[in-house]
Amino acid sequence: MTGRKRRLVLVGNGMAGMRAIEELLALAPDKYDITVFGAEPRGNYNRILLSPVLAAEKTPDDIMLNRPEWYAEHGIELRAGSEVVRLERGRRRVVAADGRDASYDRLILATGSNPIVLPLPGSDLPGVLSYRDLDDVDRMIAASGRGGGRAVVIGGGLLGLEAAYGLQKRGMHVTVVHLTESLMERQLDAAAAALLKRNLEQRGLEFRMPAQTSSIEGRGRVETVRFADGSALPADLVVMAVGIRPNVALAEASGLPCDRGVLVDDTMQTFDPAIYAVGECVQHRGSCYGLVAPLFEQAKVLANHLAELGIARYRGSQVSTKLKVTGIDLFSAGEFGGGDGTEELTFQDPARGVYKKLVVDKGRIRGAVLYGDTIDGAWYFQMMRDGTDITSLRESVLFGQAHIGDSGRGGADAVTALPDHAEVCGCNGVSKGAIVRAISAKNLFTLDDVRAHTKASSSCGSCTGLVEQLLANTLGGDYSEAPAKKPMCPCTIHTHEEVRQTITAYSLKTIPAVMAFLEWKTPDGCHKCRPALNFYLLCAWPGEYRDDKHSRFINERAHGNIQRDGTYSVVPRIWGGVTSPSELRAIADVAEKYRVPTVKITGGQRLDLLGVRKEDLPRMWADLAAAGFVSGHAYGKALRTVKTCVGKEWCRFGTQDSTGLGIRLERMSWGSWHPHKVKLAVSGCPRNCAEATIKDFGVVCVDSGYELHVGGNGGIKVRTTDFLCKVGTEEEVLEYCGAFLQLYREEARYLERTAPWIERVGLEHVRERVVDDAGGRRALYARFVESQKHSQVDPWAERARGGDAEEFTPLPAAAPVEAEGMS
Amino acid sequence: MSSIDAGPADGVPVRGARVLKAGGIEIAVFRTGDGRLFALRDRCPHREGPLSQGLVHGNCVTCPLHEWVIDLTTGEAVGPDEGRTDRFDVWEEGGRLRLRLPDE
Ligand code: SRM
Ligand SMILES: Cc1cc2nc3c(=O)[nH]c(=O)nc-3n(C[C@H](O)[C@H](O)[C@H](O)COP(=O)(O)OP(=O)(O)OC[C@H]3O[C@@H](n4cnc5c(N)ncnc54)[C@H](O)[C@@H]3O)c2cc1C
Ligand code: SF4
Ligand code: FES
Repeated sequence: MTGRKRRLVLVGNGMAGMRAIEELLALAPDKYDITVFGAEPRGNYNRILLSPVLAAEKTPDDIMLNRPEWYAEHGIELRAGSEVVRLERGRRRVVAADGRDASYDRLILATGSNPIVLPLPGSDLPGVLSYRDLDDVDRMIAASGRGGGRAVVIGGGLLGLEAAYGLQKRGMHVTVVHLTESLMERQLDAAAAALLKRNLEQRGLEFRMPAQTSSIEGRGRVETVRFADGSALPADLVVMAVGIRPNVALAEASGLPCDRGVLVDDTMQTFDPAIYAVGECVQHRGSCYGLVAPLFEQAKVLANHLAELGIARYRGSQVSTKLKVTGIDLFSAGEFGGGDGTEELTFQDPARGVYKKLVVDKGRIRGAVLYGDTIDGAWYFQMMRDGTDITSLRESVLFGQAHIGDSGRGGADAVTALPDHAEVCGCNGVSKGAIVRAISAKNLFTLDDVRAHTKASSSCGSCTGLVEQLLANTLGGDYSEAPAKKPMCPCTIHTHEEVRQTITAYSLKTIPAVMAFLEWKTPDGCHKCRPALNFYLLCAWPGEYRDDKHSRFINERAHGNIQRDGTYSVVPRIWGGVTSPSELRAIADVAEKYRVPTVKITGGQRLDLLGVRKEDLPRMWADLAAAGFVSGHAYGKALRTVKTCVGKEWCRFGTQDSTGLGIRLERMSWGSWHPHKVKLAVSGCPRNCAEATIKDFGVVCVDSGYELHVGGNGGIKVRTTDFLCKVGTEEEVLEYCGAFLQLYREEARYLERTAPWIERVGLEHVRERVVDDAGGRRALYARFVESQKHSQVDPWAERARGGDAEEFTPLPAAAPVEAEGMS
Repeated sequence: MSSIDAGPADGVPVRGARVLKAGGIEIAVFRTGDGRLFALRDRCPHREGPLSQGLVHGNCVTCPLHEWVIDLTTGEAVGPDEGRTDRFDVWEEGGRLRLRLPDE
């Protein structure tokens, strides 16, 4: 067809229909002329968040998804407040109550559901409401605004409880009437329901259950709710939240086959090939859905077909539920009721109000109910959907993901262990991988950024915690919740960057000066800010700043690693990992003389003398200095090792003198202080025996020169290096290395290694400064060399000569002075 | 009760600490930024880390091993951690450091 775009009409301006339009615009923005009919007189909003609006936690404005301007900008004709009353399939036309009509080539029905109104005497009285749209919320707010008042909510399901909570927050006295013994029986088992009820009672809600309403009474307006047993409750407002029924009126009247909902196939097509249906009004493979996650999946499939890509299939969804009542954590998924052949794993901690149950069938999770601690909900749900065999996890699965297969990271982050395809945002079907990719590719820093770019956490918001954890992990601990500004520590409101800029801009040269200028909240900081400030000052004023040893961690103060028993380790520098018989002999002598219990070859190509008494350190260092050794800084946020391989001198594959170059690099950079420890390596060929590609700065020699690699880390979270550039000479290697290290020293936050730093600022930034800008590189290198003049003083030799003596000597053996009074 | 002499009072640096062996135990003597003296048994309530090697700030010391923060005035760990270590009276007298030890 040429000349004219095809006409697409959407009936139902709600969450599912509009999601389908958005997905379609992303795939094929120009394919259709689009007209949207909506019975509600407004743009499209996030229905899920009606309860926070009712509870006065959000405003109607906060929950708008697409304002009328949005439609206009996208060339969509919005007919808001216009209800379609007739569908003429033969003429491919819809007609609205206001008389306007529209013809279509393709039609989408997305009419949602209608709340069920119990056919009770009096249910049509003013003051009896249902809970479905913004108008209902307005009416409830108006009713509560009349001052106190009594509300009766009929229905103790998800919507009823959210309504009750909201009305109570609006100051009403609320009673929830429920037909059965157990709240939310479609989502909760009896135990969790009891915990929930108790919690809601503590918040002041009242319950009447089991109870059957028989009539609603009042003169001109609701006054009383009467029950089957004859008792009654006074009521100024009645909210009926007893369920929903798919809205099929329009479809049915036009002769489209419907059951409970409009019947569709796996492409969301109805029996009329020109008509699709999506959302709560739909029945697919026997199921109707009342939560957005499956509806959004449907919308994606529908858009794919409207765009004529024709490949997507909707195959049904498993759903999980959360209750959006502030302060109540509740999660439910799958067949939590158990049944024949299934077993139940439960965990209860009544003191903390925690209850967890998993229903397991042949080693696989079939359902889950979590109350009070829902952090693992996403994990269980994922395993449930993947059909993961949990037999080997049985013993510990209920303690949560943090307790499984995690080597020392404590409960820090459950989300780390999720596989990339694991779904984090159930509403919008966004996987962990998609979020992480967006965070790093688009430089996202805040929750709002992630919401905007991925839609994760933008619907019901209950995955917010997980998204925040992903931000934190991906940004290397530098993510902060609201604005992208995170203070250094609780002693100040300023960020690392602000503090560093202030130090140079205002020539602040001591820790007390910085604290006074920036109005520190504590008299002398804490163990987080003092070491950071000490380093920032040292870096800003080389040669001038006087190191504050009491602001250094013990290892850097004692120039050795403190061990668990309070002794220390001594690691002399062994340049490039190359040693000699006389050096080895000297180390052996020292080890014997001071009765060193353990001598170990480290992972960094040198020797560790472990278990030295603090008092012995200076004398031992003196002996080592006499044999030509200096400190290896194995204890410092400093240059550690430069690992090398044997290289061209011996190895049949070696292309360059990797050992010699490594030693030159170490001679240049030893003694330098950094935000965190720094490790270098030089490999003689791409076989890379020195593991240069997991070092902070690594060199891989090739026939034609030297490949430089940066930002590697072999520790807690392995990161291989990024390739920086290739250079031709050893001199260039030294210059690039010094420049890179200086950039890191000047820009990274204290305790941030090069790997997370580069992930934060981006490799491009490093390239621009170190590779592209030759002048800038030379300046950085010059600053590095200058700072090295002052730091290449062997701290061991200084102390062996008596420096800092008090650090290494205990107070004199104490003598009793007197006996005091009566003891 | 008896008190002991522990050398010249300026032996304990500001925001620093020294260790003292007395009565068969190791005692850490601290001086805070504002010059006050405190003495605690040199064993962290967590895993017996040597508190004398920690970083002194405010009236607290951060243990060098796993960063528990101990209140020097009470010997108690600052929440959320829980535990306490013994504390002793310490003061200056005539330029000397004095420490009171409990009787065995
Ligand atoms: C001695 C040694 C293990 C050995 O026996 O081989 C060692 C021992 C310690 N390592 Fe290590 N690491 C040693 C090589 C490594 C390596 C391998 C390497 O350098 O090639 C790594 C992985 C590479 C890397 O850093 O990327 C390594 C990654 C870590 C990490 C994790 C760092 C990270 O960024 O993820 C820590 C924890 C930290 O620094 O916060 C750590 C911390 C420690 C500490 C300092 C723990 C502590 O705070 O007490 C250990 C001190 C022992 C001591 O008292 O001497 N050690 N450590 C190695 C000393 C090398 C040297 O000669 O200086
Ligand atoms: C208070 C409340 C809380 C909820 N909480 C959650 C939750 O936490 N998590 C969750 O996943 N889901 C929740 N839901 C459910 C979720 O909102 C719905 O599943 C979702 O909105 C359904 O989308 P839909 O497009 O099918 O229907 P709707 O969003 O209802 O959209 C249908 C639209 O079509 C319009 N319409 C109907 N007929 C016509 C017609 N003939 N002509 C023109 N317009 C018409 C209606 O006015 C309506 O605006 C909640 C629902 C409510 C009411
Ligand atoms: S040496 Fe390294 S890996 Fe080994 S226990 Fe210590 S920190 Fe852990
Ligand atoms: S021993 Fe002190 S914090 Fe662990």
